[in-house]
Amino acid sequence: MIRVELPQHLRTLARVSGEVTVEVTGPVTQRSILDALEASYPVLRGTIRDHVTQQRRAFLRFFACGEDWSHESPDTPLPDDIATGREPFLIVGAIAGG
Amino acid sequence: MSKVRVLVGTRKGAFILSSDGKREKWEISGPHFAGWEIYHMKGSPVDPNRLYASQTSGWFGQIIQRSDDGGKTWHQPGSPEGQAPPAGGAPPAGVSNMFVYDASDSTGKPLTTHQWYDGTQHPWEFKRVWHIEPSLTEPDTVYAGIEDAALFRSADGGVSWKELPGLRGNDTGPRWQPGAGGMCLHTIILDPSNPKRIYIAISAAGAFRTDDGGASWKPINRGLKSQYIPDPNAEVGHCVHHVAMHPARPNTLFMQKHWDVMRSDDAGDNWREVSGNLPTDFGFVIDVHAHEPETVFVVPIKSDSEHFPLEGKLRVYRSRSGGNEWEPLTKGLPQSDCYVNVLRDAMAVDSLDSCGVYFGTTGGQVYASADAGNNWAPIVRDLPAVLSVEVQTLP
Repeated sequence: MIRVELPQHLRTLARVSGEVTVEVTGPVTQRSILDALEASYPVLRGTIRDHVTQQRRAFLRFFACGEDWSHESPDTPLPDDIATGREPFLIVGAIAGG
Repeated sequence: MSKVRVLVGTRKGAFILSSDGKREKWEISGPHFAGWEIYHMKGSPVDPNRLYASQTSGWFGQIIQRSDDGGKTWHQPGSPEGQAPPAGGAPPAGVSNMFVYDASDSTGKPLTTHQWYDGTQHPWEFKRVWHIEPSLTEPDTVYAGIEDAALFRSADGGVSWKELPGLRGNDTGPRWQPGAGGMCLHTIILDPSNPKRIYIAISAAGAFRTDDGGASWKPINRGLKSQYIPDPNAEVGHCVHHVAMHPARPNTLFMQKHWDVMRSDDAGDNWREVSGNLPTDFGFVIDVHAHEPETVFVVPIKSDSEHFPLEGKLRVYRSRSGGNEWEPLTKGLPQSDCYVNVLRDAMAVDSLDSCGVYFGTTGGQVYASADAGNNWAPIVRDLPAVLSVEVQTLP
């Protein structure tokens, strides 16, 4: 079970509160987590990564175990603490006022 | 008694303002989609409880929302519960947010670039939906005008969207360029007398028309003069801010251009200036009285570098002669220290016997007049900056 923490606007959009959990079969990577997340919550398709290119949206970043994984390959295995659910995978919106 | 429902899109959510036909007391609903930019909301003319909304964000991209109960509840088309994919193999909600340019070999492949601010060519990149225009006859058919400029259509209630590539493919596409607000397709007008005819407008490309249901398009900018572009009389490149039409006179169009208020009486083939005695002919909105095709409303703005009313006085100008002769309408509007703007999609008229006129400001006020502009009063004063205003006249 993978724990995922979403920005507030995406929690509202997906109609969830707090963390969400997803099941991933095979290697636990950014791509496999996001695939599982979008399968469970289709409303999130296109909001985290582009519909077509599958690139991370520019104002979002991905963190795992205190490290910024935003610029890593989406297929690089994430730390065991993410894969085991000990730590959440964080999807974070860039801070901006207005 | 008839009712009106005003649909207000703002920088931080959507609001629905409702009143009876007197239009004196209002109920305010919202914010819907709090914290998101709502570029536009509009209801179906044939099913007024069917509303569409463009919800967008620089962080999270484009969301299409739909209501089937007049705005009480909303969902993303394709998945009414907002989460689970529908049974039976229909596309789930996420597909409703997909606006993918046509890249097919036959129609889309040549459409690769448009002109960038610096004159170089730039790839088309989807950014957001600026305007939603429901069909005049089919509640499940709806058009969307997007940035970078293109026209999309959905025939399944917003579940899926397909580009009408003939617009970008009319040979002038590589010469289109963005205005300061981006290269947006912001105006879509469906001709009620001819289902094959659609008008659209783009900043800063100009106005276009199709007479074959969207398969092919032609620029309709003859008569426009824009001193700020290399060729003031160019076929395309004009910064058209908004176009309005009275449904009883579908060949007559009124345009608020970057500068100049224009009129065409031949479906856009030729335009002539009708700015007349306006104190400034820069502005964004323009609309036509519901029952008087020669009565037109604009809100003059000081200039392209100072987007606020002249002398701090918020004045709607009305022409009862189809342009040229304009009168200021000020009663109930602030006449000192007012420095708001009224954006291009932020004015609408209702169709009650005494025509109501509505507009929203970047200062968060929504003003209403129940007597065609003679008297104004704010419905609300303190919303986020208003991006769009539409009104529905309900039985």
